[in-house]
Amino acid sequence: MKPFPTSASAFPQRDGATEQAPDAAASVEPAAAEPVRGVLSVETRTAILALKTKYPRVQSAILDALRLAQGEIGYLPSDASAEVAALLGVSPHHVHSLATFYAMFFTEPVGKYVVEVCDNLSCALWGSQRILAQLERELGVAPGETTPDGMVTLLRTIECLAACGGAPALRVNTTYFEKLNDESVSALVADLRAGTIRETS
Amino acid sequence: MTATVEAPMPAKTFEPFLTASVGREGAWTLEDYRSRGGYTGWQRAVTELAPADVTDWVKRSGLRGRGGAGFSTGTKWSFVPNIPGPKYVCCNADESEPGTFNNRAILEWDPHIVLEGVMIASYAIGATHSFIYCRGEFGLPAKRLDAAIREAEAAGLLGTDIFGKGVELKITVYRGAGAYICGEETALLESLEGNRPMPRSRPPFPAVVGLYGRPTVINNAETLANVPFVLKNGPEWYAAIGTMPNSGPKIYSLSGSVNHPGNYELPLGVTLGELVAHGGGMREGRRLKAVIPGGSSAAILPATLADGKDAMGLVMDFDACRAAGSMLGSGAVMVLDETVCMACVVARFTEFYQHESCGKCTPCREGTSWLLKIMRRVIAGNATEHDLFLLTDLASHIPGRSLCLLGDSAATPVMSALKHFRADFESHITTGRCPDGCIPF
Repeated sequence: MKPFPTSASAFPQRDGATEQAPDAAASVEPAAAEPVRGVLSVETRTAILALKTKYPRVQSAILDALRLAQGEIGYLPSDASAEVAALLGVSPHHVHSLATFYAMFFTEPVGKYVVEVCDNLSCALWGSQRILAQLERELGVAPGETTPDGMVTLLRTIECLAACGGAPALRVNTTYFEKLNDESVSALVADLRAGTIRETS
Repeated sequence: MTATVEAPMPAKTFEPFLTASVGREGAWTLEDYRSRGGYTGWQRAVTELAPADVTDWVKRSGLRGRGGAGFSTGTKWSFVPNIPGPKYVCCNADESEPGTFNNRAILEWDPHIVLEGVMIASYAIGATHSFIYCRGEFGLPAKRLDAAIREAEAAGLLGTDIFGKGVELKITVYRGAGAYICGEETALLESLEGNRPMPRSRPPFPAVVGLYGRPTVINNAETLANVPFVLKNGPEWYAAIGTMPNSGPKIYSLSGSVNHPGNYELPLGVTLGELVAHGGGMREGRRLKAVIPGGSSAAILPATLADGKDAMGLVMDFDACRAAGSMLGSGAVMVLDETVCMACVVARFTEFYQHESCGKCTPCREGTSWLLKIMRRVIAGNATEHDLFLLTDLASHIPGRSLCLLGDSAATPVMSALKHFRADFESHITTGRCPDGCIPF
């Protein structure tokens, strides 16, 4: 399982002053320690504060803010959700209730790449189970698991990806791969392992 | 009004215009869109027509909502009360109905077409800030939409004094984060307001009390993509496509057992057989077993319809699909051949609805969970005949008892499959596997 990936590099104080970055070993805090505040970088905090005026009401900015936080840390530890709440001036419980509702937010660490294989009907009829089995075999993990190097989390999703015209399809983060076959899946696995996936967004 | 209207175009010569640029590199830029006559509809609306006339044009065009309900778009707009204060247009681009993939195609390749539709709708109802709710998984479409908005702002198509007429409009893309329920219009509003996306009780309807408690129109992205062409070419031109009261083109999302699944833009009213022919015919020459005309929420129809006619002759429009006992829904046509076990189809859909039930209403939350438990027993061969009775009984108690249609949608495939394909369920019960000739998937 991947350790906290990027939060090690910068632990700004809550007032925004950037502290000397602690060395990586010391910064991977055990979960038992009392809640750490200020897990987001100054850049992310600034971007979240800028969201406050994007919508008629500040609460509408929560999803965007959570996306930014997850984009930096790789997932949403409770400290990150709490910091988002503090920055936007909304209830931390409310933010947590959204972070746990939506499928694209992860409250536990995930790989750099989250691979979601569509297994709804249209993809299933074009061999999604075979694609999933191949990924399991080549990545060496079962759905729901992350590769030991922290690169790839494999997921099976029953939510249709809206790519039935390109079935069988999968999604790597928000980039789609369609009309998959044995060769293209093998090539994809090589790119996933090497970290060379070209993400379109 | 003096706006010129071109002569009606017969459906026979139909040339796709919603998806004409899908797949063409660079089609998403403003320059490209304008070279195709883009934003002339927007210009005509603002410079030649009063807001009420725009609504009237859309009404006269016969355009009906492409998201599932098939309700008259112009009529929907006319429900918005003419009162001071903010009003909103929300474009529903949270495309998640299993089998549906046309919004994603338009948004990715031709975002301006949807943007222009949002602009015209906003002008018609008097909204000065509108939203496009884009499905969270759609990374590239959201990026292209954002870029398109910036281009439109720079060109003065959005802003505070559009076409020098004092019209004000801002459009914001709001991205979801993975939840089917957000495609339900009141859940969409809750999501946009930053709440857990759980449907609201109706009435009041969103046209009166919608986003932030204000009058709101929610239209599907495909619906809004049609609007610029109504304004550009006139309602009569549009109404001549298809057959009134099913006018205009539909982007059929064809998937399943056809040789070439994909989006096919055709006038409303083509038959299933014509559509399948566009998709390269039945996969490997197999026979049709069943068709789902409008996404997983639509009732499954057998190859021989209730009136004894071949389903390949089914007219794929709102009214004919309803008359056949199903619905056109989102136009997600899932074709199923003789090798497909319908019990396995239902098991997958049930898993989907159980996963996506938001949990607010008991009949849906508990009902979908129990449907899934029983369906898993059926598929595993651990069920009895009594379980089929339980399925029917349970499914009959979900519809109409929740705030939104998700529960109804979960019950529909169960009920329709048990009605037409009971033998597939019984095969699992008696032999522990799919019927002979079926290929597990």
